[in-house]
Amino acid sequence: MAEKTRFRDPELAKRVAEKIRKLASTQESVRICHVCGTHEWTITHFGLRSLLPQNVEVIAGPGCPVCIVPASEVDEATTLAQKGVAVACFGDVIRVPGSKTSLLDAKAEGADVRVVYSVADAIKMAQNESGKQFVFFAVGFETTAPSTAIEIVNRPPENLSFLVSHRLIPPAMKLLAKMPDLSLNGFIAPGHASAIIGLTPYEEFPAKHGIPTVVAGFEPLDILFSVYMILKQLNEGKPRLENEYTRVVQLEGNTKAQRLMRRVFDVVDGNWRGLGTIPASKLALRKQYRTYDAHLKHDIRIEKGTDTPPGCQCHLVVVGKIKPDQCPLFMKACTPQKPTGACMVSNEGTCRIWAKTTDSRMAA
Amino acid sequence: MCLAIPGKVISVEQDKANVDFGEGVLREVNVTLVNAHVGDYVLVHAGYAIEVLDEKEALETLNLWNEILQTENRQQ
Repeated sequence: MAEKTRFRDPELAKRVAEKIRKLASTQESVRICHVCGTHEWTITHFGLRSLLPQNVEVIAGPGCPVCIVPASEVDEATTLAQKGVAVACFGDVIRVPGSKTSLLDAKAEGADVRVVYSVADAIKMAQNESGKQFVFFAVGFETTAPSTAIEIVNRPPENLSFLVSHRLIPPAMKLLAKMPDLSLNGFIAPGHASAIIGLTPYEEFPAKHGIPTVVAGFEPLDILFSVYMILKQLNEGKPRLENEYTRVVQLEGNTKAQRLMRRVFDVVDGNWRGLGTIPASKLALRKQYRTYDAHLKHDIRIEKGTDTPPGCQCHLVVVGKIKPDQCPLFMKACTPQKPTGACMVSNEGTCRIWAKTTDSRMAA
Repeated sequence: MCLAIPGKVISVEQDKANVDFGEGVLREVNVTLVNAHVGDYVLVHAGYAIEVLDEKEALETLNLWNEILQTENRQQ
């Protein structure tokens, strides 16, 4: 597909950057927050921050679902694995630190922990090994939750249950919008979560909080254009909700996915690593699907864990209050090879993304 | 983790499609959530298509960007 190259056109990017500089010259300082690990990857990988004027800052919010899973939920998965249950999880979940150990540590000690590409792989494993109990550790935002919902509606094998850790992104954005010390001037909303939920859940950010909000795609020009659109709104003094990613995101979102999610999950308050409890931000299995709830099936419930080890600043990194290289552990006690904090684990974690691009400088 | 990759639908059978991600990578993808036809580009996340890419909109976005930049240049 030629789209990739067209949305990476360096000439067009330079012209947009020029427009951004002109618009920004009439503003004092502008702080724009995105809430998606893939956006951070694009911004860092293509060096987009270097194209922005000094008074325009793009910060990374809690956009990495792996980073915000609290230690207590990792502890539940690890405890089950240590008890002899086979735990299936996505690749970037296996190294997330729990209070004391990660699933990878448990696997190294002999527990049955399996990395899967998709929940469908966990179903196949459970079908093939019907004498063994399996748990799928379901982590992810709105982009991922529908796949869990599909499989639960399809009635998976009885030897498979789910630790549902899915979180919803708009409630976290609401928390950021209300943080007085963050003083945000714009949101870049996540394109793929928005493909599912549509535009409506973001309406309150411009309407109630006066924050321009643009749903954006993941190519460099998508990001630059969303910054341009936010600055344009600021200059006009008319904050509104706009969709830059029209080739994927529809106003109403994916209504089939929404129906499936509503059918399978209730929305409950949820603890986010580094952020505390956010009202109505987590999905939990509805009553009629509780036979698939690993908490009930395996009698496991851990309420409290140690989310940030001593010195770790993940709680400040996930809300963009500090940059990764302002954490005393960054690339010292906390590296991609041996992560201390959750933000250094996933390819979508802000520290992990920064580590890739700042490695040589830190080593020099 | 919300990374989603576009691929071209080669065949569809009920809720499963064979999708070409380029460079010889073919994978079975669950298409329950979308109305995908052979030849469509779907956006795939963790084995599930979450949306069909709208090529017409993609072109329109690029045209619109060029238009905005040109209009503003003319205004200056």
